[in-house]
Amino acid sequence: MSTIILLLITGLGLGALYFLVASGLSLIYGLMGVLNFAHGSFLTLGAFAGWELSRRMGGESWGTLIASMLLGMVVGAAVAAATEFLLIRRLYNRHIEQVLVTVGLALATVALFEGIWGTDPIYVTAPPWLSQTTEILGARVPNDRFLMIGAAVLVLLGIVAFLRYTRFGLIIRAGVENRSMVTALGIDVRKAFTVVFAIGGAAAGLGGVLASHYFGYVSPQLGGSLLIFAFIVTVIGGLGSLAGAAIASVVVAILQQFANYFWGGTGDLMVVLLLAVVLLVRPTGILGKKA
Amino acid sequence: MKSLANLSQRTWWIVGGVLVVVAALLPLLNLSIPGVLPGATYTPGTLQLLALALLFASLALSYHLLFGTAGMLSFGHALYFALGAYGLGIVLQQTELTLIPALGLTLAVVIAAAYLLGSLSLRVTGISFAMVTLAFAQAGNVLVRRNPAITGGEEGLRLDTEHIPDFFIGVINTRNLYWLSLALLVVVFVVVAWFENSRAGHAVTATRENELRVRVLGLRPFGVKLMAFVIASVLASLVGMVHLLLQSGTTPRATSADFTLTILVIVVLGGVGSRWGAIVGGIIYTLLDQRLTALASSDAIDGLPAILRIPLSEPLFILGTLFILVVLFLPGGIAGAVKRLSTGTSATPSERKLLEEAE
Repeated sequence: MSTIILLLITGLGLGALYFLVASGLSLIYGLMGVLNFAHGSFLTLGAFAGWELSRRMGGESWGTLIASMLLGMVVGAAVAAATEFLLIRRLYNRHIEQVLVTVGLALATVALFEGIWGTDPIYVTAPPWLSQTTEILGARVPNDRFLMIGAAVLVLLGIVAFLRYTRFGLIIRAGVENRSMVTALGIDVRKAFTVVFAIGGAAAGLGGVLASHYFGYVSPQLGGSLLIFAFIVTVIGGLGSLAGAAIASVVVAILQQFANYFWGGTGDLMVVLLLAVVLLVRPTGILGKKA
Repeated sequence: MKSLANLSQRTWWIVGGVLVVVAALLPLLNLSIPGVLPGATYTPGTLQLLALALLFASLALSYHLLFGTAGMLSFGHALYFALGAYGLGIVLQQTELTLIPALGLTLAVVIAAAYLLGSLSLRVTGISFAMVTLAFAQAGNVLVRRNPAITGGEEGLRLDTEHIPDFFIGVINTRNLYWLSLALLVVVFVVVAWFENSRAGHAVTATRENELRVRVLGLRPFGVKLMAFVIASVLASLVGMVHLLLQSGTTPRATSADFTLTILVIVVLGGVGSRWGAIVGGIIYTLLDQRLTALASSDAIDGLPAILRIPLSEPLFILGTLFILVVLFLPGGIAGAVKRLSTGTSATPSERKLLEEAE
């Protein structure tokens, strides 16, 4: 029983990370039709920014942790907005080329990070509480899991509130539904593109800082390894659906944890198998719209 | 004067034939191109590099069939390359088969895998297809890393030379492997050209343009798309097998998503939709990659201030940036640029369109 609780909560923590990456991917794809391969780089850069900050301020304090999370968000948002503004916008409506540009950016930035910070993982320090455990129903759960879950829930609520109660949110929701109609009504959707990229980048940057605490290290490959699972999550959840991404993140991560524990480390394969099954039964994903 | 674009199909084949003959004679000649090749053309080191360039050209051609002709953006093409390399390596290591039967067995496995995974991934199109193929390739990557007893894990698989003919073994025989790579490139080129000009090839091109219309005409796009997928996968696996022989082994990098992205970069660099572009792209990429790595460790770079030294010492950074610039400013890649120069026209919308049709 305690094992199951531990696996469930750890799965939720990992799912929270997946969600932080997948939410941005899904929003960007839903509005602009761009599959953003550079999203992993936003995450990695956020993680490195957070690490650089905690290295200078001493990583043991809570203030540093919160500051590094905020810095990760700001850096992720800034880089993502710049990417949209400088690269993606020039290729308006040419989706394949937009994907190719993000592929090039991902290759170049990972190489650049390796040049700056080296290829080896760098270990991070965190407030002592995070490395302790809390007992829940007999299971000793590492405390950092709660941080992930809390942050992801806040981000989910934040994005939902933004989409529902602000004017930009309204434009974005309408744009996901039918972009040409929004343009026809005389609204400049392109501003919304930059905003969506910035939001996605902020979530990814935050995810980067949290991922560095979840795995205990930062490395230039951090983003790329999470990105692939985030892609799978977005397809299973349905491209463009935020709720779908949230559900799929949790399902994928928990399945992965259980398969890793009970079926001898087959988690990654099970996830791919789940993807194949979902595509066979429901090619548009759990909550995706009809293509 | 006839412009380059007006040359007939036949002339192009003759030009290609002459190039193949010249390439075949290279190991017997003593040519040096300082700055491009590491040494004279008869030395094993240079031949190894040239053979690698030819293999990348073949691999790019097989991806061209998938992406340029059939319009399927796959992010899992490396899986079939790796299946060929690892498959052959494992069969040679675990069984007593000699090279040819081992090749046949691996091919059978590749065809079965490509058929199965292809029919599954082709249930979706566009970006979903890209992600599904990526996921399958990732599963392959995990399998390779998780089973070090069979695949050698992170260390990579070493070629078991016991059952391989002597003329493919050793540094002295690099030129035989070079000729093998050249022969493979010719075979891949002929197969790709043949498929593109066949009825199935026309059907698959039509599907890329407008799938709905093909359906209305009473054709079934699924079959021809699957056929293109399987042929491209088999060609990629053949390249993987020769790559295994050439490098005397293979590493998990062959299964990684980065490797597929590299192939994609090559095809886009050369020019999407152009067979010649894919070949030129593959050769230029390999030479550039090798030269940039040499540049990265050179003294000239070492003496620069950090802000210049760090980016310039990462070959992938330069290639990635170059790739972004090509996509932004040079639609149609190298092949498109050459065509534009020879016909004197500026960038045509059709080149942009060609890329978009792939969606």
